[in-house]
Amino acid sequence: MIKYKTDVAVIGAGAAGLAAAIEVKKAGLGVLIIERDRELGGITLQCIHNGFGLREFNEELTGPEYAQRFINEINELQIPYKLNTMVIEIKPGTPEKPHKTLFAVNKQEGVIKIETKAVILAMGCREKPRGAINIPGFRPSGIYTAGQAQRFVNMEGWLPGKSYVILGSGDIGMIMARRLTWEGCKVKAVVEILPYVSGLLRNQVQCLEDYDIPLITNYTITKIHGKDRIKGVTISKVDRNFDRVIGTDKFIECDTLLLSVGLIPENELTFNAGAKLSSNNGPVVDNNLETTIDGIFACGNVLQVHDLVDLVTAEAKRSGKYAVEYINNGYGKDVKRSGQIKCVAGENVNYVKPDLINKSDLSKEIVFSFRVRYPDRRILIQFKDKNGVIYKKKKIYVIPSEMIELNLNMEEIGINPECKRIEIEVIPRPEVLIDED
Amino acid sequence: MIYDVIIIGGGISGCCIARTLSKYDSKICLLETQADLASGTTKANSGVVHAGYAAEREYVKRNLCIKGNKMYTQAAEELNFPFKRIGSFVVALEDSQIKTLEDYRKKGTEDGVLGLEIILDQKKILHMEPSLTEEVIGVLHAPSAGIVSPYEMTFALAENAALNGVKFFRNHKVSKIKHSDYTFTVKTKQGEFKGRNIINAAGMYARKISKMVGLDYFDIMPRKGEYILFDRNILNLNKILFPTPTKVSKGILVCPTIHENTFVGPNAQNITDKKDIATTTAGLKEILEGARALVPNIPERSAIRNFAGLRAVPDTYDFIIDNTDVYGFINVAGLLSPGLTSCFAIAEKVEGFLELLGVELKVKEDYNPFRPKPERFDDFSIEELDQKIREDPAWGNIICRCETVTEKEIINAIHSPVGARTVDGVKFRCRPGMGRCQGGFCRPRVIELLSRELNIPYDEVTKRGEDTNFLVGRTKDFILKSMEEGGIEE
Repeated sequence: MIKYKTDVAVIGAGAAGLAAAIEVKKAGLGVLIIERDRELGGITLQCIHNGFGLREFNEELTGPEYAQRFINEINELQIPYKLNTMVIEIKPGTPEKPHKTLFAVNKQEGVIKIETKAVILAMGCREKPRGAINIPGFRPSGIYTAGQAQRFVNMEGWLPGKSYVILGSGDIGMIMARRLTWEGCKVKAVVEILPYVSGLLRNQVQCLEDYDIPLITNYTITKIHGKDRIKGVTISKVDRNFDRVIGTDKFIECDTLLLSVGLIPENELTFNAGAKLSSNNGPVVDNNLETTIDGIFACGNVLQVHDLVDLVTAEAKRSGKYAVEYINNGYGKDVKRSGQIKCVAGENVNYVKPDLINKSDLSKEIVFSFRVRYPDRRILIQFKDKNGVIYKKKKIYVIPSEMIELNLNMEEIGINPECKRIEIEVIPRPEVLIDED
Repeated sequence: MIYDVIIIGGGISGCCIARTLSKYDSKICLLETQADLASGTTKANSGVVHAGYAAEREYVKRNLCIKGNKMYTQAAEELNFPFKRIGSFVVALEDSQIKTLEDYRKKGTEDGVLGLEIILDQKKILHMEPSLTEEVIGVLHAPSAGIVSPYEMTFALAENAALNGVKFFRNHKVSKIKHSDYTFTVKTKQGEFKGRNIINAAGMYARKISKMVGLDYFDIMPRKGEYILFDRNILNLNKILFPTPTKVSKGILVCPTIHENTFVGPNAQNITDKKDIATTTAGLKEILEGARALVPNIPERSAIRNFAGLRAVPDTYDFIIDNTDVYGFINVAGLLSPGLTSCFAIAEKVEGFLELLGVELKVKEDYNPFRPKPERFDDFSIEELDQKIREDPAWGNIICRCETVTEKEIINAIHSPVGARTVDGVKFRCRPGMGRCQGGFCRPRVIELLSRELNIPYDEVTKRGEDTNFLVGRTKDFILKSMEEGGIEE
């Protein structure tokens, strides 16, 4: 069995993995990237639309261009990577032997064993399939997730069909609606069960409205037709509980159905290694993006689904920095943790990252990220401990598709170091504050 | 060439008969309408090997089921299909149901069902199956019940039959049968097949085939059953869970699968369209509610697929296994539950008919009852894996991430006897696309491998045969065509 030794092993060479690896290498440590696909870059390679890089480079780039900047840097820094290589197991370290062991396979080397001081998980996410939302009907060919269609069209050069219905108004779905229209295909409708689009507003305008693609909100698919290839779908209006409203059925003919109904962090490896997962399917992490396993960090969509790749990059850089700090300060030493504070999602908050704050880090700036459950206007973001509100911030509007980030120093906002848990909530602003916008 | 036996239908019963007969020095072929075997009632089957206490005593299916159950042990050893005797619970939630269970136990034991016991100790029951509702007051435990993968079992039977000389023809729909001089001529679009004897195992279409030789004495109606499949390692059930049946229905099961998933279903809906395998909103709701009566914390959010299958329900409500008045024509029809359990016993019965019909049943000298277990990435230790990849690098290329299926397993599935020709064929043989992402990442790769291994164009690879294509053309095809036609301004 071929063996490797490194300081940091990065699993995944998408936007997150590449940025994390560069950060580690720049700090002078050894790093090895392991990627299961054929090339570096991950899903950004199939995102040939623009809109990437506005925060990171102050430029508007396509996905492949964005990835290429990092790939170039990887090559300049001579960071080693393995393609077509899949990690099949992560073994955590022990107090006596703090190194972690990865087993991976590829065609050339067989099983490889990698001993590493730290691991950065950057495996990304996957799309929810049809079964996850239990759409009834036949099971013909011609049903794809939006990302799968994107891969076929943008990377393999094939068209999955001619006339489309897209279920779900996630970003990839809307972007594919425009992409397929450019290909001369007909997108009959984008059907969304919620009263509003679930992707970014800019995609609603630039991908649907600019091309007169109908967006049908408050509707969902209640039957798939076609015994061999899909022939159409029945859509029905839904009430507040998402139950079908009788008498609202409409048939739409199509030869292809795309699903853009959500993304789930891909954490089989993480889970099997013994790390705790939180309600968003991402690993539980502390403010250093360290999972519940010593020296194993997570960043990018494997931790939480981001709406902008630039945010993935920023998070990945932080994870790289934290992994370096861990190796330089904590690795192999019996670091006494001074206790942790739990961060809990309160009213209108779906989840919060980090899940835990180390009491030793209260004087440092911490990046909090979270999403709301439903859109709201004129709200207050509040951090509470058991004695009451410790921090509040006004915001004009919030929507689930936009991740909210806050950089806070817990000491400065006056957290009680003895508290065990804080709750983050997004609430309607009390009347006295309403007119302040 | 004149076959001794032509089997019509490549489901579990047709393939089981093919394999049973393959030990004899006879010329046998099997014709299947669909692009692959196990495409009809076999595919969406609960995969439960029943203990045999349930059917009424006047039905032939009762004894065939009890006998068939016992035949699984040897068959699974010889054919290496996944089968586990995990045992079943029939769950009583009310006092009145205990009487039904007691009746099953008494008659079942008398008729040779082994190990039946009534358990009334709730603590013991919940210890044996912690997921079960706390409202349980008693169960009938049938330790001989088991779970099997019906399609993997069908492929195993077919592979072994093919190795022993049975010829398989898929995409061969029978359109007509002529009968003269003790010879049947079976017509398909691809040509004629002549044979001395015919075994009609055409499932939902058994009446149609029977009518082709002038026998019209039974009817088969479709009864739909819907299922929801859940991700693996969510509910790790120890037992197959049945509610206490009513006169109307056997009820909704909650059942582990051989691959550690859980399914709930099926409901029962009499329909008329023999191709209506659509799931319905009401049906999916019905099975979830039914399942919750047994297992309250059904993990609805971990569903990965819903599907429906049809049962071939005969108007006699019993199996139709007849050596008919048309000499040499055997009907094997109406095999709804426990058809899967009974299949080996049914095949044995068919063997007897053939003997009566004068077919010389002489065991071949080179008959090999064994089918090697398909090698799986997941079954290897790290060291074995390293060795395997050195021997064949295709073992090192993981195609399906959810189920960890390698290029090598897919190549093996394509090149096995009666191998996969479609994406579903690969999926049902070695599981790429069966996992939680349902093929999101691996489908293009599986298409690529089928295209390469079968030497067919990429866009001609289908999901499950004719009219189930994945792709309609190259990018830019439509736009260029539209421009030529003047539909789009440059």
